[in-house]
Amino acid sequence: MLETAATHEAAAGVSYALRWIVALPLAGAAINLIAGKRLQDAAGRTAVAVLGSAMSIASFVCVVAAFLRLRSLPVDERLLLDTVSSWIHIGDLDVSIALAFDPLSAVMCLIITGIGSLIHIYSYGYMDEDPANWRFFGMLNLFLFCMLTLILGDNMLVMFVGWEGVGLCSWGLIGFWHSDHTNTAAANKAFLVNRIGDFAFLCGMFLLFWSLADSGKATLVFRELAHAVPALEGMTLWGMGVATLVTLLLFVGATGKSAQIPLYVWLPDAMAGPTPVSALIHAATMVTAGVYMIVRLNFLFSMAPFTMQVITAVGAATAFFAATIGLSQHDIKKVLAYSTVSQLGYMFMAVGVGAYAAGIFHLLTHAFFKACLFLGAGSVIHALHHEQDMRRMGGLRSYMPVTFGTFLISALAIAGVPGFAGFFSKDEILWRAFLANPVIWAVGLAAAGMTAFYMFRAVFLTFAGECRVEGHAREHLHESSWTMTLPLVVLAAGAAGAGYLGVPAALGGANHFEQWLAPVVELEHAALSHAAGGHDTTLEYVLMALSVATAGLGILLAYLIYIRKSLSAATFAAIGGGVPYRLSFNKYFVDEFYYGFFLNGVLSLSRALAWIDLHVVDGIVNGAARVVRISSDFGGAIDHYVVDGLVNGTATVVDRCGAAARKLQTGGINAYLYVLVLAVILVLFSRAW
Amino acid sequence: MESAIGLNHFLAVGLILFCLGLFCVLTRRNAIGVLMGVELILNGANVNYVAFSKYSAAAVDGQVFSVFVIMLAAAEAAIGLALVLAIYRSFRAIDVSVMRTLRG
Repeated sequence: MLETAATHEAAAGVSYALRWIVALPLAGAAINLIAGKRLQDAAGRTAVAVLGSAMSIASFVCVVAAFLRLRSLPVDERLLLDTVSSWIHIGDLDVSIALAFDPLSAVMCLIITGIGSLIHIYSYGYMDEDPANWRFFGMLNLFLFCMLTLILGDNMLVMFVGWEGVGLCSWGLIGFWHSDHTNTAAANKAFLVNRIGDFAFLCGMFLLFWSLADSGKATLVFRELAHAVPALEGMTLWGMGVATLVTLLLFVGATGKSAQIPLYVWLPDAMAGPTPVSALIHAATMVTAGVYMIVRLNFLFSMAPFTMQVITAVGAATAFFAATIGLSQHDIKKVLAYSTVSQLGYMFMAVGVGAYAAGIFHLLTHAFFKACLFLGAGSVIHALHHEQDMRRMGGLRSYMPVTFGTFLISALAIAGVPGFAGFFSKDEILWRAFLANPVIWAVGLAAAGMTAFYMFRAVFLTFAGECRVEGHAREHLHESSWTMTLPLVVLAAGAAGAGYLGVPAALGGANHFEQWLAPVVELEHAALSHAAGGHDTTLEYVLMALSVATAGLGILLAYLIYIRKSLSAATFAAIGGGVPYRLSFNKYFVDEFYYGFFLNGVLSLSRALAWIDLHVVDGIVNGAARVVRISSDFGGAIDHYVVDGLVNGTATVVDRCGAAARKLQTGGINAYLYVLVLAVILVLFSRAW
Repeated sequence: MESAIGLNHFLAVGLILFCLGLFCVLTRRNAIGVLMGVELILNGANVNYVAFSKYSAAAVDGQVFSVFVIMLAAAEAAIGLALVLAIYRSFRAIDVSVMRTLRG
């Protein structure tokens, strides 16, 4: 740890204008979201699509330039920095809007902008009938901005801004066709479930900062954190190590964003969004943010063995259960969604056993083949006028050869067929999992077999056999336009070849990928190699053979059921009285459980609270008001009768006296004179007496 | 009593004049009549002054006073008549019983 920190300290970072990477998509988003409607009305949807795609591609070019600059640096000094401005500076808290570009960020940024650009181009073809292209491309660009901010953020707070931002964009894009209630419901569900995770993430961040403040090293900058976290050693809170608590909270945040048990429920529903969105956000980039965050903070997570075990267990369980659900779904996008959840489980399994580089490697290969699968599915859905049920597809191979070819390559990749990308990354994970715990490995292997089965089930149901497409959609069956097939081909090439970046030593490769990431995750590697007691290549070969055999078995089973039809799916569905099938088909009733338990619980609680509010709180308030009203009535009476009585009484007396006295004032001069004379006479007589 | 006419006769005349004037002031409803009554009262007083001045050892003080009173009566008559004119303009009458605007 200290060595890592020292390395980072030595590398003060090279200043580089990273801000353009994030500024360009932001500019595109601003133009499209503010003036896009007018632009589209005036110049057609091509204008807004070209603008959005151009910004994405330009950002990609900036990333490539930064990547090349980074590569030209010595291994120990590979860090580009760009401090845009200071942001918050209160007491110990000193946060800048700063971007950092190291080997890990480089990989992530290349994926995001590279695949993002391809998906922008694809979207031009996919969204050809949508009137609100400006909003779509604006939101896509905004998503790129947020995702790149998340990745490039030099401290946790900037990362959190991106973390929240991608959630917002995800919400906006899942509910893109917002006139349909199910879409907006799915968007809200995704957003709310993510909020639960975000809350935990925030708590983790607070706790980390707060605990570090005790040791006088309060910081949120990743590079400084690496230096500061050893101070957490031995600190406890509520009987738990602070490092464990912080990492557990951060991991809960990761389960929300990356759709792991128990917060995975939003991802399958998120398929309500347009398919390019599913490919970009819900397969290749946003959902991997949790994995990225853990790898970014690997020095912290390595301090908490308990958290690592939790991550491994959750990852393995998610990989397994999501795969079992994927076996029985009819909606092609749902299959891919559960597959994504399952593959993300693999990544967490990898980081949980300390194989950070393997996790990121799988993230990279998964981004290629899963984006390609989603875009391929999108191509089919587009051709079939938004038909997503695989039971009404079939035989599309001859109509859509490019889509079929690319889909098949990606399916081979995700199944782990040797030579394709998924093989290298998945085997690396399984191998490391085996070193850590053979049970985890066995679970992962079973999930891999199921993955192979359900992917080929999807391939066979969609592209092979007789065509079950009905109505006029069948007459219009055609291959998609080049803007859609070009990204498919590029991604399929990646799905086929990306694995060769990280060929393990056992297969005679140099594993360039791990070496590239070494500056970020260096120490864990060394520790693990020691624990493994060197490389047992024979064991690795055996494991490799086993996983290939499992994948082959899965594919063979799918072939027998759906092509040869020598086995019936109904036979399998009937196993155990049909209970496993119904559990899988109904997704283990988790949604229903959440609905019944949490939602109804919350609703009942809020009704009870409403009753208390209505009867107790309102009663107290109304009672207090009544007391005040009665006392003020009393005061009012005193005021009215006593005080006003005195005042009015005085006035009345004076008034009456005046009324009496005024009678003397007759106005007639004779009367005055009589009085005068009489008075004089009286005075005279009184003197005489 | 060698002379038949003495101080008491003068005083009696003065008293009669005063009483006539007072009666006139009290009973007349015509404003000018009232003023005339006032003149009678003043002259009754004048008679007293002059009579006391004649039958007392003192000098001409009484006669001086009576001259002042005559002068004052003239001024009073002028002002009184002017007032009556003004009253007539606004009331179209000089009946004092009509003029009750000062009634409380």
